[in-house]
Amino acid sequence: MMANTVEAEGQLTPDEQKRLTSDMHRSLRRKKFRALFLVAPLLIFIMVTFVSPIATMLFRSIDNPQVSEYMPNTTAALADWDGDNNELPDEATYAALVEDLVVGRKNHTIGKAATRLNYEKSQMRSLLTGTARKAGRLKPPYKDQLIKINKGWGDIDNWRVIKRESKPYTASYYIAAFDMETTPEGEIKMLPENQRVYLKMLWRTVWMSVVITLLTLLLGYPVSYLLASLPMRVANTLMILVLLPFWTSLLVRTSSWIALLQGQGVINDILVWFGLVNDESRLSMIYNATGTVIAMTHILLPFMILPLYSVMKTIPPSYMRAARSLGATPFTAFVKVYLPQSVPGISAGAILVFILAIGYYITPALVGGQTGQFIGNMIAYHMQSSLNWGLAAALGVVLLALVLGIYALYSRLFGGNNQMTLR
Amino acid sequence: MALPSYAGPLETFWYYAFRVFCGMVFIFLITPLLIIIPLSFNIEPYFSFTEGMLAFDPDAYSLRWYEEFFGSERWMAAIKNTFIVAICSTFLSMVLGTLAALGLSRSELPFKGLIMGLLISPMIVPLIISAAGMFFFYSSMGVSQSYLGLILAHTALGTPFVVITVTATLSGFDYNLVRAANSLGASPTYAFFKITVPLIMTGVISGGLFALMTSVDEVVVAIFIAGAEQRTVPMQMWAGIREQISPTILAVATLLVCMSILLLSTVEYLRRRSEAIRGISAH
Repeated sequence: MMANTVEAEGQLTPDEQKRLTSDMHRSLRRKKFRALFLVAPLLIFIMVTFVSPIATMLFRSIDNPQVSEYMPNTTAALADWDGDNNELPDEATYAALVEDLVVGRKNHTIGKAATRLNYEKSQMRSLLTGTARKAGRLKPPYKDQLIKINKGWGDIDNWRVIKRESKPYTASYYIAAFDMETTPEGEIKMLPENQRVYLKMLWRTVWMSVVITLLTLLLGYPVSYLLASLPMRVANTLMILVLLPFWTSLLVRTSSWIALLQGQGVINDILVWFGLVNDESRLSMIYNATGTVIAMTHILLPFMILPLYSVMKTIPPSYMRAARSLGATPFTAFVKVYLPQSVPGISAGAILVFILAIGYYITPALVGGQTGQFIGNMIAYHMQSSLNWGLAAALGVVLLALVLGIYALYSRLFGGNNQMTLR
Repeated sequence: MALPSYAGPLETFWYYAFRVFCGMVFIFLITPLLIIIPLSFNIEPYFSFTEGMLAFDPDAYSLRWYEEFFGSERWMAAIKNTFIVAICSTFLSMVLGTLAALGLSRSELPFKGLIMGLLISPMIVPLIISAAGMFFFYSSMGVSQSYLGLILAHTALGTPFVVITVTATLSGFDYNLVRAANSLGASPTYAFFKITVPLIMTGVISGGLFALMTSVDEVVVAIFIAGAEQRTVPMQMWAGIREQISPTILAVATLLVCMSILLLSTVEYLRRRSEAIRGISAH
């Protein structure tokens, strides 16, 4: 009897237990909401100002409204046409085309559809705009008259292109971004070797970024080792030499490399003065791939040194001394003891430099000349000069996928331990 | 790291070779920043040292390019624009980033990894991609070619730095201090402003300085979404280097180097202060 009462006092009735659990749940939920409430403003802000733009770009790379929007009658008429039997579309389709051309010319919209089709097949622009100029005067039946105006209207391949691009979404920007083309028969194949541009550019970007990453590692590793092993006071002073470039504007550093490397620049002057180089044969170290590599190695070197240094700082110097005292040569001690422990720093620095390098645009544009351009410059070219925004978006998505892929691989290999944070 | 007394000749050689190599890397790092300072005082419109400059002839030096810079309406307008955009976007980044970091440091926050990934994504995505996306989106929203658009864009690019530095500061934060304040009768708001804010302030300010630097130095997004009216200093430099490179650029560059020295000193001071507060001595 007694024991029973004691037990009852210590325990809660099922009813009380239920109430307690629900109270705890409610309090936890309230805390959860409070945390979410703090994060929400920035999360919404980033969603609107940053994530939506990226999503817009994804959409732009497949969006294909021009033909279906500005040539609606032709699009509808071509829906029942089967391009596979070698027959031209019927008279009704030609009539629809004339209607679209007349309306499109009046509203100044036919140029947009013509430009879009010209990306797929050259001469499509002149075919459409040229015919549009004369279409207003035509009387039915149209078919033979149109073929008379321009033989292109008797070419079944042109009709196939119009039909293919009248769909609201397209893969053709990606096909172009990978240096491929769609044949009139609808097959996708690689362009001839001499017409490939983007894959070559992408390959050059990756290759040059690898070179830059290796150079920063080669220059950064010894410096980080020195900084990590020097007394704190000296190391902090020398660190200024690393941090000052890090805090200096990218454009400042790029323009000082122009001053240093150009034909009449400081380095060439010194070489000529010492008689190492003839005044007539000054070295061309800028406006080519060399210039891009030198300037970008300098710009990205602090991004290698800082993570390396922060990892090396945690390696106790006694390990090396222990290895030496056990008979290891300095080389063996370094390779077997120090190097493996510095791998997290190497990987963090390398991934950071590589990801930054691969997306560079400003420095290659200013010092890269013809041979030192990156894929980012190609994106900017299509955004600002050729105005082929779909292709620019597709190239952007390819680059983004590459960067995110490398980042994912890195977090998988190295468990995403956060060496990438700032100092 | 002195050379051990038992080192042989080979090791001695390596020791000095290593030091010389490191010295050369330091020279490589700092020379480009130092070389522009004397060149910006060149009286001739060249990017190279004239004979007069090498002979320290006072007539070979002048303040010509600085006068040109301070006398140019374009450059002065660019400075004004840079300040407007940088100050607004830094302020926004600091407020939004600090709030988010306070939320992120709570263990109850669901989907923490995903949220953190989204919040620091502006730092990972290459700038040219952000610029292209923002160009499409901001034009369709009608905010491109406006101060608002540029401020929003720079805020998005700057917040990851504030989030990261404040989160790092909060990782060493002792929540018992807030509990103690509450138990002594402080209201949550009072405890926040009297206890939490002073302790995380160093993180907030150094994150803010990173955000400020991002905005002041940012050119890729700016050339895509800003109009001629919002032309910032980096945009003006970009145009200047591409079109016709004159030593005025070097005068601007020298002033910017001075600014980075100032910023670096501030950040280093803050870092040491915060380490001292958290009990990790810098020495």
